[in-house]
Parts: sequence; C-alpha cells; structure tokens
Amino acid sequence: MDYIPQYMEIPAVIVFGSLFGYFLEVSGLGSPKKLNAQFVLKDWSVFKVMFTSIVVAAAGLLILGNDMMWLIDSSAFSIPTTFFWAMLIGGALLGIGLNVGGYCPGTSVVGFFSGRIDALFFMIGMIIGVLLFAIFFEFIEPFYLAAQGPESQTLSELIHLPSWTIVIILFILAVVGFILGNKFEEKSNGIINSSDLDSE
Amino acid sequence: MNSDKNPRKFWSPLLAGIGLGVALLGMFVVTGHGLGAYGFYKRVTIWLSNDISSQWTQANTYLSASLNNHHPLDIWLSWEVAGIAFGALLGSMLARRFKFKIERGSSINITSRLSLAILGGILSGLGASLARGCTSGLGLSGAATLSVAGFLFLMGFFIAGLLMAKITRKVW
Repeated sequence: MDYIPQYMEIPAVIVFGSLFGYFLEVSGLGSPKKLNAQFVLKDWSVFKVMFTSIVVAAAGLLILGNDMMWLIDSSAFSIPTTFFWAMLIGGALLGIGLNVGGYCPGTSVVGFFSGRIDALFFMIGMIIGVLLFAIFFEFIEPFYLAAQGPESQTLSELIHLPSWTIVIILFILAVVGFILGNKFEEKSNGIINSSDLDSE
Repeated sequence: MNSDKNPRKFWSPLLAGIGLGVALLGMFVVTGHGLGAYGFYKRVTIWLSNDISSQWTQANTYLSASLNNHHPLDIWLSWEVAGIAFGALLGSMLARRFKFKIERGSSINITSRLSLAILGGILSGLGASLARGCTSGLGLSGAATLSVAGFLFLMGFFIAGLLMAKITRKVW
C-alpha cells in the first residue's frame, strides 16, 4: 500500500490490532458464554458491537473516500468478491463452530490472552480444520468456486442504491436491533457480566 | 461499588463498538485492508505443514498457492494477531479480568468442554477456509466496505448460529 511508508506498516498494524483485541476484550467478547448468549437471544452484545462498528467504519470510509480523496484512495480498499455457496455455508460453519467450540477465530485469540485455556484448544482445532480443508481440497474445489459474483461487488451495485443510502439503512437496522435486543435482554435478564464468569 | 479486588464490568456494547469501528476504519485508511484472523491460521498451518513435509505441502493445490512467503511472521496478519493478543492481555489485566480458567457451562465436564472446543475449532477452520475469511476478516471488514460477500457471510453465520443454539444451549 502507498498510504504510508513501508517501514511504518507493521507498527500501524500492531497498533490497530491491539485496539481490536482491546475493544473485543472490554466488551466481553472474549468470553464463550457471552458470545453464545447471543445465539439464545439473552445477551445481544455480539450484534450490538458488530453492527455499531460496521456502521461507524462504513460511514467513515464513505466520508473519507468522498471528501478526502487526497488522503485515501477508496478504490484501493480490498473488497471481497462473492462466492455464493462457499461464503454462505462457510459463514454457517463458523456460526455452528461458535456454538460448539465457544469462539470464532479472532475471539479465540482474545479468549486465550485473557486466560482461557479452552480457547487454546479451539485454536489448535482451527489449524486441524484448515489442514483438513487442504487435504480434501480436490473434492471441495468445485463447491469452493461455485456461483462466483462480479469482482468486489458491493450492496449498492447489487441493489442500485447509493452507498450513503445503504449506510443509512444499516444505521436504522442497528437502531432497531438495539431496541429489540434491549427488550430481549430485559425480559430474560440475560446480560452476562464479568462477575457472572467468576463463579466456576 | 466495586472493591479494588473485583473484576471491572464489561464496557457498554455501544461504546466498545464505536471504538472497534474506529480501529477498523484506521486500519483501512492506513493499510488499505481491514482486520482479520483467518489468514494467520492459514499461514501457521502452511508453515507447520511445510516443516513436516515440504514435498506434500508443495503438491497440495490449496496450500502451495500461498507458499511463496511461508513464514507466518512475514505477513501483516501475524503482527496484527500479536496486537490482538497484546490488546486482550492489556484489557483483561487492567480491569482485573485476567484469570486462568476453562470457561464452560455448569452441565458439562472439563474433558467434554475441551473436546468440543477442538471440534468447534475444526468446524471453524473448515468454514473460514471455505468462506475465504472469518467473522472479523469477511464479516466485519467485508461488511464495512458494504460488500455483498460480507453480508452473505453474516447471514449464514447468524442463521446457522441461531438454529444450532437450540441443540447446543445445554452446553453453555
């Protein structure tokens, strides 16, 4: 990337990586109990943290990309290309993996570095999983490549709405999610806090 | 309210989410890519596999495609994961939440918990390989760029997670 000198890239990556780990930890998303409470709809922290950060980052990218072209070149951002079945089923496997194992790949690092030994077992499982994928890649490959979409397709290209409209829709969805989540959390009294994790 | 020895409460998800969003935005602005974790696991797998049998690794279509700079420290993701580790350590230490433990529901024993942790890890390793990214790399970072891929992934993640929870809720 050309934004910053090469020798500054690694320090920048370490700084933003640290902030990522820090905010995941302080929000409680290093705890498998708290992560899994989302899927039984008792604690909506996963949704709230994720959607807030998506809206903040998406709005920021849009504003900086539009008005500060001299600062950043939005066409240089890496935008993933859709592979319909692989990404839908891959996402599903990560959802199931979180139910069964307690973490996702990133939160397992947070879990382990806040003292959770079970997270290390999850991390070892991840490596076995990647290896199994590689071993059976020949059989998986047709599915892996199936239903490829246009390169780096965005929602605004798909549904022909301006990007800022999409961000506003996401913001509204986030607000609705927060209100709904608060109702569920109140009803079940299910928010998990740090003191609830000390009992075992 | 809290005595000095108790762990501090978690932050509100709104505040932590704003912080996370700013970190993600900063990463994009400075490096052009978002945050991720799966690529690190892939690199470690390639590195280990290449150490055990470089012949097999080079013959494997999936692994050999990324073999060119095979040491995990060569790529930015390893430094980012080192950052995640440091951030988590700092956050949990400062708030007195750091504690060695095996976190599990009250109805399962330690052996089952650790076996399920490995099994869940295997499913996640397969899933992230298939999707070409994980909850951070494809879900969070992909959605922040408004990509179709990111939202498709999140749909699969939440729908399967909600359905599977009907079976696994006893575990937690």
